[in-house]
Amino acid sequence: MPDTAATANAPTVEDALALGLTREEYDLACRFQGGPPNQVELAMYSLLWSEHCAYKHSKKLLKTLPTEGPHVVMGPGENAGAVDVGGGLVCAFKVESHNHPSAVEPFQGAATGVGGILRDIFAIGARPIAVLDSLRFGEPAQGDDRGERFRGRVGQTKESGPGLGGGVEAGEEDPKRGDAARAYARARYLLDGAVRGIAHYGNSIGVPTVGGEVYFEEPYTHNCLVNAMALGLAPRERLIRSAAAGPGNVVVLFGASTGRDGIGGASVLASAELDAGGDDAKRPTVQVGDPFEESKLLECSLELLDRGLIVSLQDLGAAGLTSSAAEMASGGGVGIDLDVALVPLREPNMAPFEIMVSESQERMLCVVEPGRLDAVLALCAKWEIGGSAIGTVTDSGRIRVFDGSELVGDMPVAALVDECPLYDLSPARPSEPIYPAPVATLARDAPARETLLALLSSPNIASRRPLFEHYDAIVQSRTVRRPEETDAAVLAIGRGSDASPAGEEEAGPAGGVRARANADAADRDVVGGPVPALAVSIDCNGRRVAADPYNGTVEAVLECAANLACVGAEPLGTTNNLNFGNPEKPHIAWQLTESVRGLGDACRALGAPIVGGNVSLYNETPSGPIYPTPVIGMVGSLPDARHAGRLGFARPGDTIALVGPFAPSLDASELSKLWGCALPEGLPAIDVAAVRSAQFAVRGAVRVGGLSSAHDIAEGGLAIALTECCLASGLGADVRLDALAGAGGDGDGDLFRVLFGEGPGGFLVSGIATGVRALGRRTQVRVIGTVGGEGLRIAAGGVNLSATLSELADAHTSLRELFP
Amino acid sequence: MRFGVLQFPGSCDERDALHAAGLVGDADLIWHGDRDLHGADAIVVPGGFSYGDYLRAGAIARFSPAMEAVIEFARAGGLVLGICNGFQVLCEAHLLPGALLPNTNLRFTFRQVSLEVVNPDTPFTRACTPGQPLSIPAKHSWGRYHADEDTLASMESNGQAVLRYAAGENFNGSVRDIAGVCNEAGNVFGLMPHPEHAVDALTGGSTDGLAIFESMRRSVELASV
Repeated sequence: MPDTAATANAPTVEDALALGLTREEYDLACRFQGGPPNQVELAMYSLLWSEHCAYKHSKKLLKTLPTEGPHVVMGPGENAGAVDVGGGLVCAFKVESHNHPSAVEPFQGAATGVGGILRDIFAIGARPIAVLDSLRFGEPAQGDDRGERFRGRVGQTKESGPGLGGGVEAGEEDPKRGDAARAYARARYLLDGAVRGIAHYGNSIGVPTVGGEVYFEEPYTHNCLVNAMALGLAPRERLIRSAAAGPGNVVVLFGASTGRDGIGGASVLASAELDAGGDDAKRPTVQVGDPFEESKLLECSLELLDRGLIVSLQDLGAAGLTSSAAEMASGGGVGIDLDVALVPLREPNMAPFEIMVSESQERMLCVVEPGRLDAVLALCAKWEIGGSAIGTVTDSGRIRVFDGSELVGDMPVAALVDECPLYDLSPARPSEPIYPAPVATLARDAPARETLLALLSSPNIASRRPLFEHYDAIVQSRTVRRPEETDAAVLAIGRGSDASPAGEEEAGPAGGVRARANADAADRDVVGGPVPALAVSIDCNGRRVAADPYNGTVEAVLECAANLACVGAEPLGTTNNLNFGNPEKPHIAWQLTESVRGLGDACRALGAPIVGGNVSLYNETPSGPIYPTPVIGMVGSLPDARHAGRLGFARPGDTIALVGPFAPSLDASELSKLWGCALPEGLPAIDVAAVRSAQFAVRGAVRVGGLSSAHDIAEGGLAIALTECCLASGLGADVRLDALAGAGGDGDGDLFRVLFGEGPGGFLVSGIATGVRALGRRTQVRVIGTVGGEGLRIAAGGVNLSATLSELADAHTSLRELFP
Repeated sequence: MRFGVLQFPGSCDERDALHAAGLVGDADLIWHGDRDLHGADAIVVPGGFSYGDYLRAGAIARFSPAMEAVIEFARAGGLVLGICNGFQVLCEAHLLPGALLPNTNLRFTFRQVSLEVVNPDTPFTRACTPGQPLSIPAKHSWGRYHADEDTLASMESNGQAVLRYAAGENFNGSVRDIAGVCNEAGNVFGLMPHPEHAVDALTGGSTDGLAIFESMRRSVELASV
């Protein structure tokens, strides 16, 4: 306990409570400190012992997850996980949430979410190659006045550019419409801001946004979810860990200067429930992103690594210098002395505790041997970013914070990082439904054709094109399939630039970079050799997880693997972001516990271990918790991108088949939502082995070019999957489902189950008849029709459903109205 | 035949341009602080967000040392291709007429677009035929080409409106559907769509963009004969 001015007005237990610590946690901190912590120390304890940093309600559960496998190079605990993808390359990847900041200020919240996950990737030495996003909002409109509500004033936020972030919530408040209209306007405001924010950061830094998902459900109205996933590539030998080492080595802070943005973000924002409508006061704690700064930071970081100038590297994310320094020291079993007076500031008169907890973006910390300090600082100057030696590695096992010569904080590293109390959950299956039934928007007696069009235009199924057109999906020239062409993104790898240092080729004139593009092109295109590729998918249907946390989570994992199978890719590893409500409540604890059990079981069954992830808890407001949303991101590999699958039908005359152990049910389906049905108490049990066999069969057939198209059956069931296959290519289809519809035998009810029912394990494939039937050696194959014609025609149980492609396309483009 | 591809802090598509140029010749990156073009036969000013583009797209890059060299190179008749942000930089440098304004939808938009070759008689389109359609991706938020009526009239009569968006493809609101323009002398050319992203059937959706790079190679080789 330093005897300084800082201790004279020592904070009290009330301050600790306000910062989010419990009374018991405060007492424990006092014991480690030998007395009450001063302001700097209390700020640091409160952040590192927050849920966000310490995972104190989830750590015990996370330990049950499978984290090892033949491809895993770096598992959980580092900035990102990594898997071996062959050719001396590793793929680093991770998903992370920026939910609370995005609910407060969607543009900057989402932008810095992308910035943060990209830093995690290059902090381990990988060059980011792709971003995906997983978004959840409230309903943007509902029911028969959808058209009117879509004419809301989302466009009002369009002045919000970088740094401004649209302070005004869009949507005209018509008092007659009341809460519902306000909720719709809020969903559209958050959607628009988040999409613009992701686009702003990803596009500006030159990393393609290649995939993602978005769902609209009432429980996300006041607590949206913005999860961002990134992938990077590195030569295996360039991977670096964050552990500090070597007492006497210098700690260098580089990148942007430090300001007051994001102060208290981790504890105040991320570890407490949001108050409904009370978000304005929290806006100053949202960070502001600068992708240009990060672009330079990225290049500088990778060049530092390529030139072997640094010992370890860590990005500054939540809790800023506090968590970065503590994690680096903890990882290396050393201490660190920092002098906040040496930190470049962007505003005057910042207190030492503010500098220690600032979440200003685009900053990194590295450890450097003293002899290389000048070279490191020179490289920072080359890239026109700040670089300052702010501390040293010690053997004290303590984090000591100085302000010039004055010691203003002194804490044992182990206490900060390892001694945060972990809590046991008290899970209890809820006796009452947690979520109200959705508002019905479609009559149960609506005929099949009307139902199909209603589903197609419903926000969860309609084309995502108006969203993903905001994103550059092709920069870096490795995007083999564009959004909506496949179920999973496909990225070519192993090109000349991936394997060599400095991200590229040999030195050109004046030390610049020279293309050996001729040789590269010869490798790939002229000689015609295989083009190895990665595939990636991100998925979670929160409504199904809400209906059954265990099976719903298993389904999300299977869905990712199914998406990979459709392009011919085999899973290598998995990342996850567990978005849940308040874990101190027994029913949320039950959701979390069951979900993690399902996640572990499914990943084990698929041989796709968890290599990293994130947990976002307390996603609830006074109106209730979000749907439990364990977002799954899965990376796989395929031997030759030239055979990557497509989802759209390709050739008139091709045979269409339903493949796999698909047993559709309307429980928790999109149709049941449109009908206004309450969630069921559980989903049917899943035969994971049978689903896996189907995936194996489809993957194998795609890889050898044996199919013209392959598409996973998901939201909206078989009829929607058929429609998507038609719309992706502009080819119609003639389908007979009598054999299927007869099975259940209760007339229309069963017809709707067959057409629109959902469940895991189903694929819709097309190809020459022999190729399609060959799948039958490994899984169930039911031939249901033929590709061709001007529209989609489905005959089932005496019902003939038909629609032209333009009718289908019109319904499918309904989200266009949200982006005027 | 050697291409020089400029690299500013904040450039995004410079390596894609390097790759594309490398398919028809040799190509080097040229650092923004470098006043020397190292003997390049043609220059590509690539896409991205040079210096963050926080002032106005291309407005800062136009003053970089490398651009000073490019301006001299262009005035001496050297071939200069500006793609997307590069087009914006060339307009800011007054090497090309007109300006790029924010898209009418005020959003960044990425689409594969169909273009039409209006003038195949330029050093950048000589590998094309009149009216040839080119399918090339476009991705930008400041891509609405604008010039005053007098300038447009003179440009059109000089064949400087080299590429147009095909019917229904002009998502950014460019005046007269103009997608690509050259200077009066014909040696400086800028376009918003990205030909360097349409050079490989696997990743580009088409290989139509190669025609631009191939035209440049032919022009340089013809000039050196």
